[in-house]
Amino acid sequence: MRIDCKHVWEHISAYIDGEVDASLRVDIDRHLETCEICSAVLDSTRNVVILIADDRVFELPGGFSERLHARIDRELEESSG
Amino acid sequence: MTLPDPEFEAECIRRILAGEKHLFHDLIRPCERPIYFLLLALLKNETDAEDAAQETVIKVYQNLDKFRGDSQFRTWVLSIARNEGLGRLRKITTRREDSLDAETDEQSGDYTPAILTSWREIPTEALEQKELGAILRKAIEGLPEIYRNIVLLRDIEEMDIRQTAAALGISEAAVKVRLHRARALLQRTLAPQLKGFAPKRKGWFGRRA
Repeated sequence: MRIDCKHVWEHISAYIDGEVDASLRVDIDRHLETCEICSAVLDSTRNVVILIADDRVFELPGGFSERLHARIDRELEESSG
Repeated sequence: MTLPDPEFEAECIRRILAGEKHLFHDLIRPCERPIYFLLLALLKNETDAEDAAQETVIKVYQNLDKFRGDSQFRTWVLSIARNEGLGRLRKITTRREDSLDAETDEQSGDYTPAILTSWREIPTEALEQKELGAILRKAIEGLPEIYRNIVLLRDIEEMDIRQTAAALGISEAAVKVRLHRARALLQRTLAPQLKGFAPKRKGWFGRRA
């Protein structure tokens, strides 16, 4: 089935996550082969998802882990006492 | 993100309960980030989120013998974090919890993406440039709360749809709808800005502005 750009955009998130069913995936793939705009929209959305997943974008506050594990140590000591 | 390893977790839990308590450090380490970012999403304050994260982890330790293994360890931990976060919100005010549901998925909106005729992938190495990280953070922080929470858990902490739904107490269908809208909003905001970070080499259209 031929689908239009808007139809593709509606499913981009699910497409990236591999959550569209097989027949819709075929339709979208066929559309992407000839549509430069949707290809760019898909690639840019996927790239945004990859970039924001990088641990460098959102970092834990400085010393978070050290303070947490110090607290755990105190708890472990108390619980064994 | 560190991927959960159910066998390692099960073995760790068994040994901790048998007395090797120090192993709890290793067990909880892969959960630190998701705990913190879930609580930050709920409490919207770094100090409160850190305090609640510590309480969560202590509760996980104290209740470890109650973990039945019928859900993933991380899902169980995050349900404790969510309860801790919601408990604190209730203490502060009941108004905020209402506001969590006030923004519904019925909001209609224009989710037309940023139209590009070409796109050059931005390599993650570009994140060495601090300004790129700042642009991404600003875009995420600028999302409406119901979308920001989803992005924090699903795309930043890479939890799956089911875990995200459980952590936020919403349906999986709602997670999918919100995730789609959040990503569309991010693409629209970010794609035009990110083009400037595309690699310079071998391009006839990707030259930096």
